[in-house]
Amino acid sequence: MAFSLSAEQERELGRILSRYPNKMAATIPVLHLCQAANENWVSDEVIQFVADKLEVGSAHVKGVVTFYTLFNQSKPGKHQVWVCRTLSCALRGAEGILHHCEKRLKIHAGETTADGKVTLRTAECLASCGSAPMMQVDKTYHENLTAERVDEILDRLIAD
Amino acid sequence: MLQKTTFLSHSYAKPDGHTLAAYEASGGYTNARKALGMTRDAVVDEVKKAKIRGRGGAGFDCGTKWTFMPKESKKPCYLVVNADEGEPGTFKDRTIMERNPHAVVEGCIIGCFGIGAHAAYIYVRDELHLSKERLWAAIEEARAKGYLGPKPFGIDYPVEVYVQTGAGAYICGEETALLNSLEGRRGEPRYKPPFPAQVGAFGCPTTVNNLETIAVVPTVIGMGGDAFCRLSSLALFNDGGARLFGVSGHVKTPGVFECAVGLTLRELIYDLGGGILGDKQLLAVIPGGSSCPVMLADEIVNVPGDPRFEPYNGKSVLDLPLGVETFRAVGGMLGTCCAIVLSEDADPVLALHNLMRFYRHESCGQCTPCREGCGWIERILDKLVEGHATMDELDQLHRIASDITGNTICAFGDGAAQPVLSFVRKFRKQFEDYVLTGGKSQTKKLVA
Ligand SMILES: Cc1cc2nc3c(=O)[nH]c(=O)nc-3n(C[C@H](O)[C@H](O)[C@H](O)COP(=O)(O)O)c2cc1C
Ligand code: SF4
Ligand code: FES
Repeated sequence: MAFSLSAEQERELGRILSRYPNKMAATIPVLHLCQAANENWVSDEVIQFVADKLEVGSAHVKGVVTFYTLFNQSKPGKHQVWVCRTLSCALRGAEGILHHCEKRLKIHAGETTADGKVTLRTAECLASCGSAPMMQVDKTYHENLTAERVDEILDRLIAD
Repeated sequence: MLQKTTFLSHSYAKPDGHTLAAYEASGGYTNARKALGMTRDAVVDEVKKAKIRGRGGAGFDCGTKWTFMPKESKKPCYLVVNADEGEPGTFKDRTIMERNPHAVVEGCIIGCFGIGAHAAYIYVRDELHLSKERLWAAIEEARAKGYLGPKPFGIDYPVEVYVQTGAGAYICGEETALLNSLEGRRGEPRYKPPFPAQVGAFGCPTTVNNLETIAVVPTVIGMGGDAFCRLSSLALFNDGGARLFGVSGHVKTPGVFECAVGLTLRELIYDLGGGILGDKQLLAVIPGGSSCPVMLADEIVNVPGDPRFEPYNGKSVLDLPLGVETFRAVGGMLGTCCAIVLSEDADPVLALHNLMRFYRHESCGQCTPCREGCGWIERILDKLVEGHATMDELDQLHRIASDITGNTICAFGDGAAQPVLSFVRKFRKQFEDYVLTGGKSQTKKLVA
């Protein structure tokens, strides 16, 4: 099925375009908009849609999508969890937090739970080093984590 | 010297500190109004006098950078504000965006005026959703008041400010990669020259400044460049004012603290950071983001022939004021002023392994020495921590890292090599122990 945006999302696309001197510059923000409108992933249809809207080649859009880690090239779980594991977090127990998540969700980092609820990933430094260990759940940062806090957070995701 | 300041952080403790009402109640936007009533040259002069060393890591003088912009330009000019904040250990810009976003917007107005631009793009890494929200809200509030738009404060100098997002790539913090990303491309660094001041965003003259650099500009206009500069005890080293310092890792009270320039690592770690977790000994500290060489607790300052260093020679590097030039002179680097602290419990071999996984993952892959070198280094470190590496491979670490430096398009290569070169040299014994005994006498852990 061809990808399309709602009327409100189209208006947002118009607002994005108004910020730049050319259409190509809107590639990343428009990809974010479309990814959010497509269950959080960028399909071939989305790539074609963005290419047509911005009057750029689909190879250009694909090149951008494959460069940046936050564009999903396959459908992730309903919720996405990123555990930061770079040095400041590692010094504060990130490894333990990650293992705890893996055990609790019964998956490895990089995988999605069988019910499609949660995708678990690792992240590199998320600019929250002073409140380590930390993880990002969808758009929210959870900081100064303990195993108990992680359980509470994951329980809510699993129940959702 | 520990001297706390609150130019940027006065709003941090207030729940509504990010709003226009709170910002104006503490004198906000009077400085942009003042600047737009001055001449462009006079604004740049104040910023030059302030001796603001770029807060993004390279420490270039902000006022000098602004003078590289053309006086007359047929093309539009742009201000690009770097809020990609991805350098491991660095978490200061985020505090400004979340808790004092109007300082950024006001700084953008003054910055645009100072460099002859009418539009500023604030490039924020995508993960920082609250930061983006707060910046957009501040922009909307300022526009509603007429501080942004065609006639800020009724003065005929149009300024627009936009937030632009990344999509997860550390390399987009490098200024030319950031410009490519802003243009909607893959975030691959560009060859320099041409420099951004000649050919920057959309082929037009552009200044790229770190977000904190821009946020402090209103303070400079308010108090005057000279007075701002003199807050610092390193004015002799052309390093003026006050800035944000961060400390993370094995300290009791990690966080971001605003102080006059001239703070020492000892003050940052023990006075502000509350000392080492469990009252353990300090093993090492990476002063300003992971791309800076690691410093050991027992390193001594020795810079002969420069009278400015006389007060510090013979003392521990922990007592050397944190400055761009002071740290360069001792073979270190100041970077972002956000220190990562390792206690004696931390295994330095694992620390380097952690960092080099980061660099291998984040190399954009354009240059062979960086792309391949980071991969080789990570694989040797993989073997080392598993206890399978040879002495020859340990030496190769040094060789590969040396071959990256100076041979790449952007400074990422040097940033990746610095940790390797400094860790392997300064912790030679611990690295050899991993070769000889599989790390038997090491802690084999990172947590304290
Ligand atoms: C690999 C790499 C990553 C960088 N990341 C950032 C960053 O996240 N934020 C930043 O302000 N500067 C970063 N920089 C420095 C920028 O290239 C540039 O020097 C800086 O934004 C200029 O601003 P300033 O002069 O105000 O410091 C990075 C540089 C390199 C080489
Ligand atoms: S040094 Fe590394 S990150 Fe920089 S351009 Fe070359 S490959 Fe890319
Ligand atoms: S190291 Fe985890 S947020 Fe910086």
